[in-house]
Amino acid sequence: MSQRNRWFDWAMALVILVATGFSPAMADDLAPFAGQAGRVAISGGTAHIPVMKEAAKQIMQRYPDIQVTVAGGGSGVGIKQVGEGLVEIGNSGRKPTDEEIAKYGLTMFKWAVDGVGVVVNPKNPVTELTKAQTKAIFAGQIGNWKALGGPDKTINLYTRDEASGTRAVFWKKAIEKGAISSSANVVVSNGAMKSAVAGDPYGIGYVSVGHIDASVTPVALDGVTPTLETVKSGAYPVSRGLYSNTKGEPTGLTRIFIDFLFSPTGQAIAAEKGFVAVK
Amino acid sequence: MSKIAEPWVRRLLGLMAAFSVAVTVLMFGFMVTLGLPLITEGTFFNMFTGPWQPGQGAYGIAPMIVGTAVIAGLGMAVSFPVSLGCAALISVLGRGWLPILLHRLVRFMTGIPTVVYGFAGIFLLVPLVREWAGRGSGLCILSAGLLLAVLIAPTMILFFTDSFATVPRSYLQAADALGASPVQKLIHVFIPCAWPGLVNGVVLAMGRAVGDTLIALMIAGNATAMPGALTEPARTLTAHIALVVAADFDSLEFRTLFACGIILYLCTTLMVVLTRGIGALRERRP
Repeated sequence: MSQRNRWFDWAMALVILVATGFSPAMADDLAPFAGQAGRVAISGGTAHIPVMKEAAKQIMQRYPDIQVTVAGGGSGVGIKQVGEGLVEIGNSGRKPTDEEIAKYGLTMFKWAVDGVGVVVNPKNPVTELTKAQTKAIFAGQIGNWKALGGPDKTINLYTRDEASGTRAVFWKKAIEKGAISSSANVVVSNGAMKSAVAGDPYGIGYVSVGHIDASVTPVALDGVTPTLETVKSGAYPVSRGLYSNTKGEPTGLTRIFIDFLFSPTGQAIAAEKGFVAVK
Repeated sequence: MSKIAEPWVRRLLGLMAAFSVAVTVLMFGFMVTLGLPLITEGTFFNMFTGPWQPGQGAYGIAPMIVGTAVIAGLGMAVSFPVSLGCAALISVLGRGWLPILLHRLVRFMTGIPTVVYGFAGIFLLVPLVREWAGRGSGLCILSAGLLLAVLIAPTMILFFTDSFATVPRSYLQAADALGASPVQKLIHVFIPCAWPGLVNGVVLAMGRAVGDTLIALMIAGNATAMPGALTEPARTLTAHIALVVAADFDSLEFRTLFACGIILYLCTTLMVVLTRGIGALRERRP
């Protein structure tokens, strides 16, 4: 117990040091949380999770009376749960439909832009595909890596469940509403997609650009590699906004949290996690 | 127990029993009520034939029914001989410290959370299966079936050893008097005498195999296509419910889940009836 407290003290000291010593301007972004107490429950889009977690960590380290909980589930879940009042903030990796906005009275906050990139295992020599090839792969028409200049191995498809905003954007913009083979493996989050492809030398999937790291290789689509820069410049076409939605106008702690996402610190977190900041 | 308290305790226990019966019946009623629109709209029977393509309005759960049956069946097929052998070693054939160690290990295994098996399976079994099979991602029926076999084995082993323990001493002494070897005793005395218990264990393990969600969700790949080979991914009914519930709350897709629930419920009921039937058979034995 005392051991843990000591660690906590050190962590606190470090946070205060970082906050006050290195970036005095940014430290003020957390100031609106002063004197606040309560809980902000967040769920939905799994692409958002790294940013939400980092924001929650910074807030809770400085103000222990505030509880920020972050859950996944996919964009569909985020929209439904916030609409039904189960959480304060429902994240979505796609714009909620007009029907959803009307039904639940949602207010949308788009705080970053993200791309959805096709990824393969780093051992895979195939790092470039055309849109037509991508469509054929996900429809199950191309079933072997050999046809694409890779090894003579069956292609293992990975896709996301129906609630995924990442899937919705990929389906609409990368494969132009083409079919996704029903023999594709289904994974439930961006993180799970990344680990599935990272562990499968013959796998192919798609993941939020913010989640791409050394464990997977991004595949260039029609010659454009999905990165923060190409998404920012607009050269990479499969992009989408990252939204945080609230039921009606946010108030109290939820309002402060949303404002924090748009503050320099919040936007810096988004950029650091691989997304394009909107400010 | 004083005479005054006795009727009250009886009533209390009766109340508790009635409560658990009511919960079970209500649950079935709940599923049927919510699944009823499917039957009246005539979509109920389409669900057992078509594919699962919610985008195109096709809500077939046949691939999931097949997936459940195949994964549970494979798990049983692998687990039954292993469990029987293990139980025989514990009860009959083992010498010295081996049966005691084995028994303790099996009891310990029953306490390991399913997710731990699933987690270990992803990192240990899945890559192995992928390499062995030479095709597919390793997230497939074979991996899920093998892992499920590990999961249900302790249930069966404990049931088997318990029923071996009920074999009357006198029968064993008679076998000894005839000069039977341990293996002969196993085959001619233990198994014939304990078979209702063995079947009980199998039925319960089958129930666990059909009802398991996590192994299938983590290991089987969850593809909605009708599985054609053991190295292909498949989705079970339970994993299907978990995946769709996570995504949805009110749509036709969501409604079809009640059909999945009803099927699982009926499966369990059938197994319980089977167990009871066997129990009744046993009592009628001379």
